[in-house]
Amino acid sequence: MILDHLPALQVVVPLMAAPLIVLLRSGRAGWLIATLVSWFALAVAVMLFMRVQSVGVISYAIGNWPPPWGIEYRVDALNAFVLVLVSLIASVVLPYARTSIAAEVPADRHYLLYSMFVLCLCGLLGMAITGDVFNIFVFLEISSLSGYVLIGLGRDRRALHSAFQYLIMGTIGATFYIIGVGLLYLMTGTLNLADMTVRLAAVEETRPVRAALAFITVGLSLKIALFPLHVWLPGAYAGAPSAVVAFMAGTATKVSVYVMLRFVFGIFGVRLVLPDLHLLDMLMIFSAAAMITASLTALFQKDLKRLLAYSSVAQIGYITLGLSLANNDGVTASVAHLFNHGITKAALFMLVGGIVLRVGTCQVDALAGLARRMPVTCFGIVIAGLSLVGVPGTAGFITKWHLVLAALQDGQWWVVAVVGASSLLAAAYVWRFVEVAYMQPAPADAVTRSEAPLQMLVPACAMVAACIYFGFETSFSLGGARDAAAVLLGGLR
Amino acid sequence: MSPQSLMLLAVAAPVLGALGVVAAQRHPNLREALSFAAAGIALACVLALAPSVLSGGRPEVVLLEILPGAALAFRLEPLGMLFALVAAVLWPVSTLYSIGYMRGNDELHQPRFFACFALAIACTLGLAFAANLLTLFLFYELLTLITYPLVTHHQDEEARHAGRVYLGYLMGTSLTLMLIAIVATWAVAGTVEFTPGGILGGEISNAAVGGLLALFVFGIGKAAVMPMHRWLPAAMVAPTPVSALLHAVAVVKAGVFSVVKVIVYIFGVDRIAGLTSVDWLPFVAGFTIIAASVVALRADNLKRRLAYSTISQLSYVVLAAALLTPLSVIGAALHIVTHAIGKITLFFAAGAIYTAAHKTQVSELDGIARRMPWTMGAFTVGALSLIGIPPAAGFFSKWYIMLGAAQGGHWAALTVLGLSTLLNAAYFLPIIYAAYFRAPADAAHPHGEAPWPMLAAMAVTTTLVLAFFCAADVLLGFAQQIAGGAAG
Repeated sequence: MILDHLPALQVVVPLMAAPLIVLLRSGRAGWLIATLVSWFALAVAVMLFMRVQSVGVISYAIGNWPPPWGIEYRVDALNAFVLVLVSLIASVVLPYARTSIAAEVPADRHYLLYSMFVLCLCGLLGMAITGDVFNIFVFLEISSLSGYVLIGLGRDRRALHSAFQYLIMGTIGATFYIIGVGLLYLMTGTLNLADMTVRLAAVEETRPVRAALAFITVGLSLKIALFPLHVWLPGAYAGAPSAVVAFMAGTATKVSVYVMLRFVFGIFGVRLVLPDLHLLDMLMIFSAAAMITASLTALFQKDLKRLLAYSSVAQIGYITLGLSLANNDGVTASVAHLFNHGITKAALFMLVGGIVLRVGTCQVDALAGLARRMPVTCFGIVIAGLSLVGVPGTAGFITKWHLVLAALQDGQWWVVAVVGASSLLAAAYVWRFVEVAYMQPAPADAVTRSEAPLQMLVPACAMVAACIYFGFETSFSLGGARDAAAVLLGGLR
Repeated sequence: MSPQSLMLLAVAAPVLGALGVVAAQRHPNLREALSFAAAGIALACVLALAPSVLSGGRPEVVLLEILPGAALAFRLEPLGMLFALVAAVLWPVSTLYSIGYMRGNDELHQPRFFACFALAIACTLGLAFAANLLTLFLFYELLTLITYPLVTHHQDEEARHAGRVYLGYLMGTSLTLMLIAIVATWAVAGTVEFTPGGILGGEISNAAVGGLLALFVFGIGKAAVMPMHRWLPAAMVAPTPVSALLHAVAVVKAGVFSVVKVIVYIFGVDRIAGLTSVDWLPFVAGFTIIAASVVALRADNLKRRLAYSTISQLSYVVLAAALLTPLSVIGAALHIVTHAIGKITLFFAAGAIYTAAHKTQVSELDGIARRMPWTMGAFTVGALSLIGIPPAAGFFSKWYIMLGAAQGGHWAALTVLGLSTLLNAAYFLPIIYAAYFRAPADAAHPHGEAPWPMLAAMAVTTTLVLAFFCAADVLLGFAQQIAGGAAG
């Protein structure tokens, strides 16, 4: 039955589409194929999500090699959730991408961009779905390498510099990860996640295992852009084409967080992580530092994309903070924020892409009086911005509620204070845009009314609507996150 | 119609009205007619709800389950009913006034103004109907956001600065302190539903009750308890109808309403009445009453003086609730109503003076009553009500607050109330004296009365001030139910 092969199709279809697009050498066909593939991926992800809800964990042996010897694709409540997030954002961004890419990238490279786009999608989906730690590395590299290319395709020459910086940092991160995996393989003789979890119990007090934990945590932190390893992110986001940023900001760091969740709670488990290594304590401190310092930095950015990029670093702090609290509500907040922040940031970057198209720049100073020129775009940024702040009625609020709840249950009052301070800073940097766009008079020579083209505006507004929708209807975002938290924390006991 | 659909329609009518205003933005008369229609529908719904609430009905609507166990839901009880009545009755009156003001002063962006105005009322009614803290919090924040374009209406540097102060104080307090308080309530009690008798009392220690109360009182920045009051004078840069309905009635009353609601339905008056950790609140409120009155005494700008007077009067409500006696809770509920109608009259008069004579300072008002007799007449009645002199409505609420203070043996509170009455008189009576008995300073600037819609609006609110003195038992019916709920 075809339904039994859904896990394989999830990854194989985008993987096959990438060379096909290259062979066709047409930007238009490439876009069409990429869009269809992303919609197919979304359909598969949703079906997997529903199947997991009804029948529980799905295990799929690639090539019929039984696990733990062969590669196992293993879908549970956690990664089904991540699969939906990644493919959802891809399938909204790709319809948007055509107009945006046409304006920002030379026409002869369009087919390469779409090829890399589906390859990146394939890598991210693969990282999420596989149950094999080496396979994670393979897909991590697929998504990273295609990501470097995507960022380097930005029209600004600084994009090359950013891509190179990202390449160096990303490679260090991936190398650290594979060193850690090597050490774990040395000690356990297996690469299968589930098998490794069982076998690690016998050797967890050894030095190689601890070293592996350190390597993997630092390597993944680089990919996550956890403060202070975030320096590659603002440059990469500011330089890349708008559609690429919208996709990567919503997905790339999120999938790395997912891998970290798997390792921290799944493989190492609370026994090793909690008591004497203080890993979670360190994560908590770095997360709090990210939330404050990156928000402060965002406040003083001149470029809207960089502002949002620093805001991403801060919001990643929310996610890892929830992880580090390690209680039910904290992990729920963490997983829910993968989704809530993913859609929020994707919406914002898509709208900013429209501004770049129409105004030609996204320097904050150049946006005076923009609300009269692009009313829908500006209002969308305000709404999505409120979701960043965590105002009730938006997706961001749902996360913040659980984060505060988790911190209160843990008795960590300083964490509560940090969350509060960070949301105030978010309000401040969102309001910088509001004051410039709504309150400052437009320059005399400004165009009266030029909204972004509908092909861009409609997907972006759909994403903004999602920020509101998931602020009220939480059965998917919060329900999914709860189930995922149960899977993760269930592994601890 | 069932009470449930009446509640939904009351909240939906202003929203639809706002959409209509935006759609009809090029046709001023149609636009204003739509505003009136929406206001009329909302008023009719709220009035139709009143009898059933008075006879003990508590209609409930659950809209959406946002968090497991905490839904977006409405449940109407007497306190919310009183607040909704105030907002719904005064909205059409203010709309009438706004039309006179906005046209008289040739203000720009009128469609945006009327649309935001209507949405602010929708938020106020939603807040009044809220069945739990989550719903209340949602509408509380929306109210802040939707009034921001009204505060910054003139879009100049002054407005931008005021907007920052406004949002900074209101969102700064609510997104941190109030949110933490609500989540903490949830963590302790496992629910955030407003329940007669409270949900917290027995669950947490004496010290924790005090801390939580502080988070609520200072987190609800709209109640303007010092030091969280600075946003209110800043908001006075808005056009006067905004100051009148929103910053004397809807927004600030949303603040004290939330405080009273939390004390009565979350903490439970009887459960915290004996605790030592809540004793500080009457003193903070008392300090705010006196300090704000002293500032008002020194303010020469009329709207600024009224704003500080509002800060002072809001703390009457907080003080009354904090005294934790049945009679003072009745006083708190009554004062929400009586201060609203008194203060809106005063702001209406201030706006009328600005529109007709272009005067904003108290020192410029010498002899103005000769040219604007109706306006100053309304001002006088409003001022008497705030001072608490019969035959104005303010007398009643002050009476009950003082009875409550005496019942609880709070002699300090009684002293504060007495002193504050003197201060109120000291900052209102000189204005009235100057307006009636001093010779006009400049004869060169001839002006008459304000446009008729503004006078008509003032006439309505002035009548209400006097009428409630005679018919206070209507309000009392609701207020006693709240106190009954507090006791049970």
